[in-house]
Amino acid sequence: MTRRALVLLTLAALLTGLGAALSAPSAARAQAGPIKVGLLAPLTGAASALGRDMVNGTELYLDEIGRQVAGRKIELIIEDTEGNTQTALTKARKLVDQDRVHILTGGLLASTGYALHPFVDAQKIPTTYPVMSSDDLTQRKPAKWVVRTGWNSSQSMHVLGDWIYKNTKYRKIATIGADYAFGWESVGGFQKTFEENGGQIIQKIWAPLNTNDFSPFLAQVKRDADAVFAVFFGKLALQFVKQYEDAGLKARVPLLSNGTTVDESVLPQMGDEALGTISALHYSAALDNPVNQKFAKAFEAKAGKVPSYYAETCYTNARWIVEAIKAVGGKVEDRETFLAALRKVDLKDFPRGPVKIDAWGNPVQNIYIRKVEKVSGKLQNTVVATFPAVSQFWKYNPEEFLKMPLYTRDYPPCKYC
Amino acid sequence: MSRRVAGVGLIVLLAAAVAPVLPAYPLTLLTQAFIVAILAMSLDVLLGYTGLPSLGHAAYFGVAAYAVAILATERQAGFATCLVVGIVAAAVTAAAFGLIAIRAAGTYFLMITLALGMVVWGLAFRWVSLTKGDNGISGVPRPELGLPWSLWGPLPFFYFSLVTAVLAWVLMGLLVVSPFGMSLKGIRESESRMRILGYNVWLHKYLSFVISGTFAGLAGVLWAYYNGFVSPVDVQLVTSVETLLMVALGGPGTLAGPAVGAALIVFLKNFVSVYTKRWLLILGAVYIGVILFAPRGLAGAFRGQRH
Repeated sequence: MTRRALVLLTLAALLTGLGAALSAPSAARAQAGPIKVGLLAPLTGAASALGRDMVNGTELYLDEIGRQVAGRKIELIIEDTEGNTQTALTKARKLVDQDRVHILTGGLLASTGYALHPFVDAQKIPTTYPVMSSDDLTQRKPAKWVVRTGWNSSQSMHVLGDWIYKNTKYRKIATIGADYAFGWESVGGFQKTFEENGGQIIQKIWAPLNTNDFSPFLAQVKRDADAVFAVFFGKLALQFVKQYEDAGLKARVPLLSNGTTVDESVLPQMGDEALGTISALHYSAALDNPVNQKFAKAFEAKAGKVPSYYAETCYTNARWIVEAIKAVGGKVEDRETFLAALRKVDLKDFPRGPVKIDAWGNPVQNIYIRKVEKVSGKLQNTVVATFPAVSQFWKYNPEEFLKMPLYTRDYPPCKYC
Repeated sequence: MSRRVAGVGLIVLLAAAVAPVLPAYPLTLLTQAFIVAILAMSLDVLLGYTGLPSLGHAAYFGVAAYAVAILATERQAGFATCLVVGIVAAAVTAAAFGLIAIRAAGTYFLMITLALGMVVWGLAFRWVSLTKGDNGISGVPRPELGLPWSLWGPLPFFYFSLVTAVLAWVLMGLLVVSPFGMSLKGIRESESRMRILGYNVWLHKYLSFVISGTFAGLAGVLWAYYNGFVSPVDVQLVTSVETLLMVALGGPGTLAGPAVGAALIVFLKNFVSVYTKRWLLILGAVYIGVILFAPRGLAGAFRGQRH
């Protein structure tokens, strides 16, 4: 009897919750209501630290302007994606169908980006991607309603491959990367420009995403490699850089990497093993401009840590959205005009520097070559070179570039392996 | 039995009746609940009726979903082709895996199905030319059935899923009360006795395994159309485990129970998480509550003291 009662009680409680959720306001609001911004971020699961940076960055900017623009309040609705694309899709439906958000933003995984494309195009919801970096999101499969305010994987890698050939003596490089699309695209971009200059990629090693012990992979690194180029993120980056030193490779072969391998989301947890690593990204927390100094200080005060690129990109993304709202005088209900305004934002003073959007919806922005140094006891990515206004197509003709296949595990082919 | 049929009929009628007045989001969740219910019921045939706990059920679900996604996006295949190929692909996968898995029992069966599930996950992740790897396949169009209503609308697609789920429930229901289903129950209770009675135990288990995988494939076909997107997430271990939990929550060996369990988890996941970041805690508490107070699942608890 008690059992039955308990089960019934649980069910009743659930149904009440369901009822409450269903009775939530769903009718379209009048224009005077708040402007609703829906943010998808991984708040639980393995990527929750990144999700917190995304939320903190977004909130930091919205709080700076008192959550108000063009005479209307801004209401931020945050949904947890669990770092899972199916959940992200369901939550996107919730934000659009139930909360009636005016703009959708956020997302972490490349697959989430591809999955959201058809959805937001069908729903005609202005959408921004501050983090998702997969190349084809703005190359071979762009979406009309999506503006990327972040970056794309190979953008900064084209720059790095070129810079390394022209500014170092490294001519033969071995690559080791996380074995999935982000790794392939980053290595591909680096390989393309490095080899076109005359360099040689003599080896491509791929490590699965669940790797804990890198020694079998590190043991394969060819003896005649002048440098090793690595692509990791999060926990993988921490383990890789540490084990690279432990294997005795760091003393012999300098380490180059993509931006996320030494991003500020992992750098504070690293030790001296990271020192000297050269990387490229569109941001560094150590950027020496007044806007970034102010942002970094405010972010540290709010979150108690240095801003990662995830934090900066979401801060910039929030400002981006607000600027577009200003441009349409708060009339976000006119979606076509609002979308056009989102594509038209062109400002010089973001923490990462000037940014504007190209015809495919990807940012044209500065790319920084960075080197890990220790300044007053803390590791930082010191900027050693700046490439202004870099497009996702580097110096190539966009039409020509798009005829080339997407960078994958085997493209460009490894001619010198 | 008849009381349960009446109960299910009532729930289905109720869902069908309220659907037109539901806002779009709860309606999509309800659609999701019915699709996932097919998956949970398919596992119940194996777990609840045959006594074989599989940790790789997402494999058949995923194989079918991938088949539909690939055919619909690259070959622009119609609904009939996708449905048949999807279900056959799931059945063939189950038939192949069954040959390996049925040899074992208990924990060993659990581990083998887990490993086989990981094989499919690995393929989905690494066979990039076919599956697009980690990026997944997006843009799967909803099927054209030649009906006056387009399945792109949430309401027609809901009814489409509802009808499919009811059909699946009826078919599986007929299966488990058939003499074949009875012998499955016999095997669950005592394998050795059934063997002595002259039943081909291996064949019965094998057929149950394949049938279960086939129905999981049906759920996978719907799932691909529902999300318009298929990725390795659909075939990963978490999906298999969640399905197992749905069956445990609803009550194994009842078909309707796991379906209710599936619906409950879909709603818990998507509604509770709106109100708190700690929704996993609540989900965990529900599991523990069910195990403590209703060890035979929700359906079991409603049946009360009768054993």
